[in-house]
Amino acid sequence: MPSDPLTLTFSALADPTRRAILQRLARGAMSVKELARPFMISLPAISKHLKVLERAGLIERSRKAQWRPCSLHAQPLKDVAAWVETYREHWEGNFQRLDAVLDELKSMERSQARAEQ
Amino acid sequence: MPTAHKLQVTTPSDREIGLVRTFDAPLTLVWRCLTEPALIRKWLLGPPGWTMSVCDVDLRVGGTYRYEWRNENGSTMAMGGEYREITPHERIVQTETFDDPWYEGDALAIAVLVENSGKTTLTTTVRYDSKATRDGVLQSPMEDGVATSYDRMDDVLAELA
Repeated sequence: MPSDPLTLTFSALADPTRRAILQRLARGAMSVKELARPFMISLPAISKHLKVLERAGLIERSRKAQWRPCSLHAQPLKDVAAWVETYREHWEGNFQRLDAVLDELKSMERSQARAEQ
Repeated sequence: MPTAHKLQVTTPSDREIGLVRTFDAPLTLVWRCLTEPALIRKWLLGPPGWTMSVCDVDLRVGGTYRYEWRNENGSTMAMGGEYREITPHERIVQTETFDDPWYEGDALAIAVLVENSGKTTLTTTVRYDSKATRDGVLQSPMEDGVATSYDRMDDVLAELA
């Protein structure tokens, strides 16, 4: 069972129902019953999802058994965003260089075409 | 001056990373940039200070490729693989293995080119052996080069002048 934070976060987010749960909770704390209402699955199934989200530190349960998103624990999501951004920047750099190489090639083609006239 | 096209990073499935980018150039030129070593080493780099010391391409099914990079401190990185499918100007499928594997197993990289009105869209999907590996790749900080900008257009234009 993976336990590093990023793996837990990715696993938690890798399910459309869990993502929808997170979105609902963003509007405010609610009980399991309230949360479950729009979903066509059973309460125990919803509870299972809630446990996964809780283990990833994305939500927590208050004393009154209300589930709410962890504002303090928004960090896991921010960390994911940061890592994806780093990957994107790396490739953005490569592709900007590729833009420049392509411009060079296009210029060369135009010069050649003129020379051949 | 070409329009700046936006790079999209996607996760099409739980073991794939996708990159989608459009270039202001026809298919034939983008294909050359993906397959000719002299051109590849001009752009397939890392953070500033890295150059490509080896770029070998044997572009045929069953042929291999090898890329090695070196930075100013003498650190090196290397990867290579085998071509599984090649459809000229359309599609390349190749395996990807790093010498010092920073992820487990091999990956399969699929590059697809589509041209529309003189612009070419490159979609690259890298498929990892497992979801954990894919997530590890997205997690890696790509050490030296975080948040640096790579605008080399001025340099190239100066070269042409």
